[in-house]
Amino acid sequence: MPVTSPLFADSAWNDAAIKLGNSFGAIAGFLGILLVVFFVAGRATGRLGRPLAIAVFLGPAVLLLLVGLVAPLVRTVYLSFRNDDSSRFLGFKNYGWALTTDSIHQVLLNTALWLVVAPVVATGLGLVLALLVDRMRWQSLYKSLIFMPMAISLVGASIIWKFVYDTRDSAQAQIGLLSQVAIWLGWRNPPNWILSHPLNNFLLMVVMVWVQTGFAMVVLSAAIKAIPDEVTEAARLDGASGLRLFWYVTVPMIRTTLVVVLTTVMIVTLKAFDIVRTMTGGNFGTQVLANEMYSQSFVQFNVGRGSALAVILFIAVLPLVGYNIVQLRKERATR
Amino acid sequence: MSSQASDQPALSTARPLPAVKAVRKSFSSPLGSLFVIVVTILWTIPTFGLLATSLRPQQQVADSGWWNVFAHPDLVLSNYHTVLFDGGFGVQGGLLPYLVNSLAITVPATVFPLVLAAMAAYALAWVRFRGSDTLFFLIFALQVVPLQMALIPLLQLFSGGAHLGRLTIIPKLDLSGTYAPVWLAHTMFALPLATFLLHNFISQLPRDLMEAAVVDGASHFKIFRSIVLPLCAPALASFAIFQFLWVWNDLLVALTFAGGTPEVAPMTVRLAQLTGSFGGHWEVLTAGAFLSIIIPLVVFFGLQRYFVRGLLAGSVKG
Repeated sequence: MPVTSPLFADSAWNDAAIKLGNSFGAIAGFLGILLVVFFVAGRATGRLGRPLAIAVFLGPAVLLLLVGLVAPLVRTVYLSFRNDDSSRFLGFKNYGWALTTDSIHQVLLNTALWLVVAPVVATGLGLVLALLVDRMRWQSLYKSLIFMPMAISLVGASIIWKFVYDTRDSAQAQIGLLSQVAIWLGWRNPPNWILSHPLNNFLLMVVMVWVQTGFAMVVLSAAIKAIPDEVTEAARLDGASGLRLFWYVTVPMIRTTLVVVLTTVMIVTLKAFDIVRTMTGGNFGTQVLANEMYSQSFVQFNVGRGSALAVILFIAVLPLVGYNIVQLRKERATR
Repeated sequence: MSSQASDQPALSTARPLPAVKAVRKSFSSPLGSLFVIVVTILWTIPTFGLLATSLRPQQQVADSGWWNVFAHPDLVLSNYHTVLFDGGFGVQGGLLPYLVNSLAITVPATVFPLVLAAMAAYALAWVRFRGSDTLFFLIFALQVVPLQMALIPLLQLFSGGAHLGRLTIIPKLDLSGTYAPVWLAHTMFALPLATFLLHNFISQLPRDLMEAAVVDGASHFKIFRSIVLPLCAPALASFAIFQFLWVWNDLLVALTFAGGTPEVAPMTVRLAQLTGSFGGHWEVLTAGAFLSIIIPLVVFFGLQRYFVRGLLAGSVKG
């Protein structure tokens, strides 16, 4: 085959080299500046030493967090009370729009579904697998394969599953695995799964569960291994066994980890954005808050409405923030 | 948890049966094993189907499901050639520039937050000062803030600077068409979790070691460089893998801050575009999708041990 690929054309190589060069140059510059700062600041002694160390070590991170997260947070709240070019104060009008529009009700309902169903199923399935897998031979093989989707982008995962759900109306052309299985099972005309099926939201959630179950399994399996032998042994001497042992001993012992896993899975579930965008584009009743927010702000340029939706999303996860802080405080107090 | 357990009276009479085994025993049945095997197969089939499809000739993909690959194993690499270099189906250009963009975005966006978070975590753990606990809680709380909250203001900041009345706090930076906004956004968004995880690890370094270094007259800078960094290499490695996967796989941040052009947009953005524009051409889509997951999969399988260890250090404690 003659060499026709643009890769072998000089300009393609040049472009790639320049891009990667810029990228690695940025890293080198960053580390270089740090080295100089460390060298200079390390010379400072006496009373100046400690404040300077605090400033150098914490300064960049705190500054970036202020500029990148804290200030935007405040600004989003501000924008949510104003009109689209933020020239006029609107009061709660944007929120009123969000809470009284039917299509937004569907979006809020979908978001709530995502945030509850996907994390609970992924964590629950992960727990069951963790209990089962550790006594099996080749357990690391099973664990790796179930954990593997975690490395795949949600866009990639969505394409993989879109392919599974694919349906063609004509008799012989492309057909996804799910439809094929349905046909093998005797279902003559399988529905157009994600486009019209009433359960299409759950079919999208399958992708999230597929990605996250492995994470839950691996972390929970480690937590179960960490339960001291004596605890279980004592319970067994008291006559506990089977499901009772699991429910009254295992679950309480791993409760903290269980909550951490559930929280983490929930945070990732906020990224349902990728799945919805890739699989249905938010159509067919599958829109979620993150996508609606994106579309309001960046497609329709309704910045005020988009911001109001962002604030609603924030309020939805606020209990999570509170719970985490309470937990961390407890943990620190016992340290 | 283990310290609690050692306070309990030892059961000397019964032959100690490992607890883990005991719990598992109650779950043990051929049915249980079968369940795990079935789940594993179900979890693997979709990815396998993707790979198989991407290797089949275009006509066969259109005519029959990938499972027919077992009956007619004609495998070709032409789909990969098409998607990498030609784009195909009237789409300009291939995926190659986007692949380069993904790399050029991901590596700095992994290094920057890692270094900054390690520094912050060290200061919060070992440089005692008033308010350090409060600061730690605040950073921890930011972890849960949905990053959607920050997108609009951050975009406005990058394009117009920050002003208070007529006073310019941050000048307008001309960053469009460069990677800088994407690097910055990823760095900002990664800092809370990175600081939290690394703090867990760094705060557990032996106190004696730190005190000995201070007695020897080492500055914080010296301690950080010559003690902390080498000792927390495992934690740094695991977080680096985590962040690498996170950034490589990201769509939302890239979509917002890089746009959709071949100059800066990464693979995920392009793939999401392609899914919309030729949903039917599975042979091209699957090849593109497999190209986008091959590097994370290599990173994942190559460094799996460190990755898992890092996850556990962050979440099992407490």
